Amino acid sequence: MTVDPAIEAAIEATGLRKSYGDVEALRGVDLNVATGTVFGLLGPNGAGKTTAVRILTTLLRPDGGSARVAGYDVVRDDARVRERIGLAGQSAAVDENLTGFENLYMVGRLYHLGRQASRERARDLLEQFELSDAGDRLARTYSGGMRRRLDLGAALVAQPPILFLDEPTTGLDPRSRLGLWEAIETLVGRGTTVLLTTQYLDEADRLAHRIAVIDQGLVIAEGTPDELKAQVGGDRLEIRLCEGADREAAVAALAPLARERPQVDDGLLRAPVAERRVIAEAVRRLDDAGVAIDDIALHGPTLDDVFLQLTGHAAEPQDEEVAEAVKV
Amino acid sequence: MSVIAGAVSDTLVLSRRSIRRIQRQPDLLVGFTVQPVMFVLLFVYVFGGAIETPGLDYVDFLMPGILVQSIVFGGFVTALGLAEDIKKGLIDRFRSLPMWGPAVVSGRILADVGTNIIQLVVMVPVGIAAGFRFDNGLAQIVAGFALLLLLGYAFSWVFAFIGLTASSPEASNAFGFTILFPLTFISSAFVPVESMPGWLQAFAEINPFTTMVDAARSLFIGTPAHNDVWGAVVWALVIIGVFGSLSVWRYRRTVSR
Repeated sequence: MTVDPAIEAAIEATGLRKSYGDVEALRGVDLNVATGTVFGLLGPNGAGKTTAVRILTTLLRPDGGSARVAGYDVVRDDARVRERIGLAGQSAAVDENLTGFENLYMVGRLYHLGRQASRERARDLLEQFELSDAGDRLARTYSGGMRRRLDLGAALVAQPPILFLDEPTTGLDPRSRLGLWEAIETLVGRGTTVLLTTQYLDEADRLAHRIAVIDQGLVIAEGTPDELKAQVGGDRLEIRLCEGADREAAVAALAPLARERPQVDDGLLRAPVAERRVIAEAVRRLDDAGVAIDDIALHGPTLDDVFLQLTGHAAEPQDEEVAEAVKV
Repeated sequence: MSVIAGAVSDTLVLSRRSIRRIQRQPDLLVGFTVQPVMFVLLFVYVFGGAIETPGLDYVDFLMPGILVQSIVFGGFVTALGLAEDIKKGLIDRFRSLPMWGPAVVSGRILADVGTNIIQLVVMVPVGIAAGFRFDNGLAQIVAGFALLLLLGYAFSWVFAFIGLTASSPEASNAFGFTILFPLTFISSAFVPVESMPGWLQAFAEINPFTTMVDAARSLFIGTPAHNDVWGAVVWALVIIGVFGSLSVWRYRRTVSR
């Protein structure tokens, strides 16, 4: 078998299936990630994102279908795949009883880098992720954001060409989230292929070249972030009207700004808008029309909007069974 | 790097990790030093007067038994550690690395041998201070310690399997203590089997812990050995074979929970 990974897709999956007991976590997933790009796997809890990542990183065997990573089959050539990937999981897999430096050094040694090379790599990564000052502190003293950065560093010890990030920012505060995004963008700038799973549309939007929306074990949409957002309908103005305000006047005042006729539901007015800079104009028009308001805000499309649009149901975590089944 | 050199290197790297953990969570040391010492003192001075051991001082009867029990339980750190690796996601990281997979288990077990030695170094002097005396040739006594370490190694594999199977670190602890603890008590470790009710004697006689304790007793204080020493070695090898295979099989299928 002669395959040149360079001319192949970095990640290629066909018809992946995986069940846990009666629960089908993946029901035939196809993925194709071009080398050097960032691919976002977007979906709610229990959609099958983690199962997909675990199959692609050789941790789980698929029940059906096949996948190649860096040109190698994830089942037959699992050892070769492991030499070419890095994985940073949901849980920030760092040893809390080791220092930041020791964590990275240990991973280097497990990649069979020499002692000296492991030490140097650990120091480089601590510096790259702004952990140099904390390098000799035990990881259990780290904040959530620091742990994630350390975890990401550990995934990069061997400078793998393909990186899997399973919900890298879930549970992080906004500042740490931004920091991690910047770190990921730097990596991508150096040519690393990234497969990223996330529950957040804004995260996929910012980082990914292409996005696949996954729901209940199936890919239900795929495209660039702009294609997906256009499908969903862009930003939305939400206005909470004062008690007794004239709804008809409000709708009439805002109609020229909206792409579709604004809807009022229980005192909450929603208007899909094409421009982001409409709040001031909206407030002026409502004021002129004599409509009093309690609150006004602009919402970008959320995962819920994508789901509502694509599936007709919301994206709230409903597949508790899948999450449970993973424990088996 | 050849496969064997890689496996050895991975095991050493990960056993060093386990040893560091004990340095950094010194409360773990309490589990396998202070606790067994407390057991020695409680049994010798609280129960000792009430337990008849014909032909032997109770402390001489007790020490081999309590050494076996403590060594066997020294492996609980491995169960706890593996269960924590699974809970915290480290198992996913290790399994995604191009390393020799079983090193995650074998590294911990190698570290256990170290903690078992610490246990012996702490417990034996306490036993001697409480009146215990070795009563056999040097070769037999050394063989007795070697047997203890072999048993500790074997039961580390049992604890490894428990750690890889339990649903949480807490569960792995409960598992170990509710199943293995009674087993060590229904044996010749603390009281002569003849003093138990008939139905329990039958169980105690076939309990491998009885064989292991009788073997240690014969090597340390010269009681009749029968086939116990060989029996204990065979039990240890069987346990290593069975639980070693089970643990490696289980490791290759484990993902974090």
